[in-house]
Amino acid sequence: MSLNPNAPRPKMEARELTLRYGTKAAIQKVSLAILDRRVTALIGPSGCGKSTFLRALNRMNDLIPGANHTGSILLDDTDIHDRSVDVVDLRRRVGMVFQKSNPFPKSIFENVAYGLRVGGMKDKSALEQRVEKSLRGAALWDEVKDRLHESALGLSGGQQQRLCIARAMAVEPQVLLMDEPASALDPIATAKIEELIHELKATYTIAIVTHNMQQAARVSDRTAFFYMGELVECGATEQIFTNPREKRTEDYVTGKFG
Amino acid sequence: MTPNTRRAVGLALTSLTGLAAFIIIAMLAIILFNVAEHGAGGVTWTFLSKPPEDGMMGGGIFPAIFGTAALTLLMTVAVMPVGVLTAVYLHEYAPPNSLFARFVRVAVVNLAGVPSIVFGLFGLGFFILFVGQGMDRALGHEEMYWAQPGILWAALTLAVLTLPVVIVSTEEALRAVPMDHRTASLALGATQSQTLGRVVLPGALPGILTGAVLAISRGAGEVAPILFTGAAYFLPDLPTHLNSQFMHLGYHTYVMATQSPDVEATRPLLYSTVLVLLLLTFALNLVAVIIRTRTRRKAAGAH
Repeated sequence: MSLNPNAPRPKMEARELTLRYGTKAAIQKVSLAILDRRVTALIGPSGCGKSTFLRALNRMNDLIPGANHTGSILLDDTDIHDRSVDVVDLRRRVGMVFQKSNPFPKSIFENVAYGLRVGGMKDKSALEQRVEKSLRGAALWDEVKDRLHESALGLSGGQQQRLCIARAMAVEPQVLLMDEPASALDPIATAKIEELIHELKATYTIAIVTHNMQQAARVSDRTAFFYMGELVECGATEQIFTNPREKRTEDYVTGKFG
Repeated sequence: MTPNTRRAVGLALTSLTGLAAFIIIAMLAIILFNVAEHGAGGVTWTFLSKPPEDGMMGGGIFPAIFGTAALTLLMTVAVMPVGVLTAVYLHEYAPPNSLFARFVRVAVVNLAGVPSIVFGLFGLGFFILFVGQGMDRALGHEEMYWAQPGILWAALTLAVLTLPVVIVSTEEALRAVPMDHRTASLALGATQSQTLGRVVLPGALPGILTGAVLAISRGAGEVAPILFTGAAYFLPDLPTHLNSQFMHLGYHTYVMATQSPDVEATRPLLYSTVLVLLLLTFALNLVAVIIRTRTRRKAAGAH
């Protein structure tokens, strides 16, 4: 693969990243590249550190008192913990979608426009354009275009989660982090989200945490298996699921534990 | 214990607790009924719009209503910013396990337990004698201008008294804003202050307003803190300056009940004054309850 001149470059890369809550290590010396415009799935049993790793990529762990790290995380070859990096800027470039859909108690329009407004965009027509583009991008436009100014809380669970994706996309990040985005949704809503992820990877670099093996197999190009705070194995998704190098990976993906 | 004694003990306990609960209702009913029976007839437009006359044996209570309203308004303006900012600091900015924040919380709890007459003395000593005299000296007033009882000092004294109510209810309101909304906002590249201004405070607003109304209804009924700090015995003129003295419904009630030359003649007026004061306080409490139920319903609808 490395001989291929079109081989994707790493968009983000963790090097020997160790993350602790107080003195308890949540992840140990993880080195992992998130390739540009590819979907990377992070899998592993609960408490293995995959969500912690994901949250480290846009420094959401900064909000947890006592969290600290060693090692580095690069975004386009710049360390995201470098003094020159503003965390607010970083989060505009690395957006996030959470496990539980969490729309603000505002209108659908204002939810999507939120990131733009806090970024200083005031022009009404520019805002409207961007909101429409994001909602179309999240395959939600046709369902909500007639009620943009109604409360987002009136949407179904699946619609709310797509709204959160639209909201994250509106600020045009380069990387989209998804923390089990479909775990609270029914199969139809889940299928829609997965379809959406397929479309999004043309423009975005995506890292997705999931507990669902089939989902990881369906949506991702690469899969990283975490276990007990360590990165056990990372490779092309097909290889991880059909021909893993490590016994632990095989046991997990075949459902022997986890 | 035989089944019979067990049943008897159970019955006795039920009756006893029921009786205790009944006494509460009875007390309120007696007060309300008594006041309404004797006072309702006297509450006329003249009574509400005229100053007292004939050594308080006639006329109305308009200056007292106006004074109470002006005092409460000033108090609200003073207490809300301080109370809300304190709560925001405690809940949003103070580091967890902060010693300072713990001190502030202890102070708030203790402030709430201080008898209101002590606040009155504090207002006299601190606001009038210390701050007021200092201001007079600094501003070069020959005569006492600030160093005397006035509506501003009374309002500030009441503000200190109602501060715990505002802080506690604001903190509760902030706690009710889901953590998810804060993380979502931060993940979208909002700063902490943008998150506070655009998500947290709007979400907490109904709860904060409830706190304001509770503070108002508490402050409007207090007499002790304003005794030495600005309430006047009789003053047909309305307060015009921040250092003017003023009449007050609660204090007026006290004055008519204890200082009247002819108790029989003032009694109907007394009843009507108390009725107006009660209605005012109940109305404010009702507003608080309505706001709170609406917030709860909205919060329930959000999940």
